[in-house]
Amino acid sequence: MIALLLRDIRLAMRAGGGFGLGLSFFLIVVVLVPFGVGPQSALLTVIAPGVLWLGALLACLLSLDRILALDWEDGSLDLLATSPVPMEGIVSVKALAHWLTTGLPLVAAAPVLGLLLNLSEAGYKWLIISLFLGTPALSVIGTFGAALTVGLKRGGLLLSLLVLPLYVPTLIFGAEVARRGAEGFDVTTPLLMLAGITCGTIALLPFASAAVLRVNLR
Amino acid sequence: MMLQVSDLTIARGGIPVLEGVRFTLTQGQALVVRGPNGIGKTTLLRTIAGLQPPISGQIDVPPESLVYAGHADGIKATLTVAENLSFWAQVFGKKDYSQAIEAFKLGSLSTRPAGALSAGQKRRLGLARLLVTGRAIWVLDEPTVSLDTEAVAMFAHAVRAHLATGGMALMATHIDLGLNEAQMLDVGAFKAKPLSNSDFDGAFL
Repeated sequence: MIALLLRDIRLAMRAGGGFGLGLSFFLIVVVLVPFGVGPQSALLTVIAPGVLWLGALLACLLSLDRILALDWEDGSLDLLATSPVPMEGIVSVKALAHWLTTGLPLVAAAPVLGLLLNLSEAGYKWLIISLFLGTPALSVIGTFGAALTVGLKRGGLLLSLLVLPLYVPTLIFGAEVARRGAEGFDVTTPLLMLAGITCGTIALLPFASAAVLRVNLR
Repeated sequence: MMLQVSDLTIARGGIPVLEGVRFTLTQGQALVVRGPNGIGKTTLLRTIAGLQPPISGQIDVPPESLVYAGHADGIKATLTVAENLSFWAQVFGKKDYSQAIEAFKLGSLSTRPAGALSAGQKRRLGLARLLVTGRAIWVLDEPTVSLDTEAVAMFAHAVRAHLATGGMALMATHIDLGLNEAQMLDVGAFKAKPLSNSDFDGAFL
């Protein structure tokens, strides 16, 4: 399983691997928002947490169809399915590799982009914490969506439609943590909800992903 | 150790293609599956490999003993030949892949990205993967596609060496590999009669 993780990370780093895809999309969205909103730093401060969370979520969504589709196309998925690695392990490792190559860079880039949106000083800590807690759920839910659409050619649209509603709770509570943190309120409740959603998806969804993948490989 | 298939009925796209398939493969034996296009050779091999469930019948295979190689080789274009092989070796809990490189004469290509290989070289890499897995039962679907005569001989030699160490090979192929000891199974004899399909999947097809 470690070999699979290392291979996925190595593939993401190599040419055409899509490592910078999510990150550059995040950068573009967040840089363009101040141009669209205009030079109103007070307004930017208010919308910064929401925009940063939305940007991170869409950047994550952009790279989802790569998680399993590439392995399906070149036949690796069939071979992995008949290897000693259990299917649940394969999808968990795939989600982890996706988080390490997409989610984690977004978490690291968020503070820099927060500066562009005039995020209040107290907000940085909670923005990073909320993204760090929330993005793993985005990767795990995304892997489930990728498993559902793996056999379909050009399944990107269907994947987005399937996954977006599942992303809503994470977005609501994640953005709420960042907003409350930025405004100096107590964040305990949304933070616990966010952590709960992430733990729940990590615990349950790999089994669902593995089950639908088995059906899709038939 | 043996592979035993009895009274197997298999379906492709919800429609039964073969029924009553039965054969036994013991150590050191090779079985070549023959039959016209569309008869269900690939479906049979995928079912035996565990990628899809049979409609009925029994497949008795020792656990963790089977390796499958399909039409696609599962090669990553941006990884080198050595990296591809070492990955599959690690997935199957092995480390050494030098023997596989040697058997399919990939030594001079080992540092090249797999995307830069020709179709025949890619296939050789895909077949070399079988050697690094250390599994006893090889299930191969059209293993000789795009191979030249020299590479086919290389493959036949690898299969023979595998059989000599007590391995087994089950393959679907149209060409003569020069494996005279291999048994033939013409699956045309097991062609399923068309019948109405009322299983769960049928509602979605």
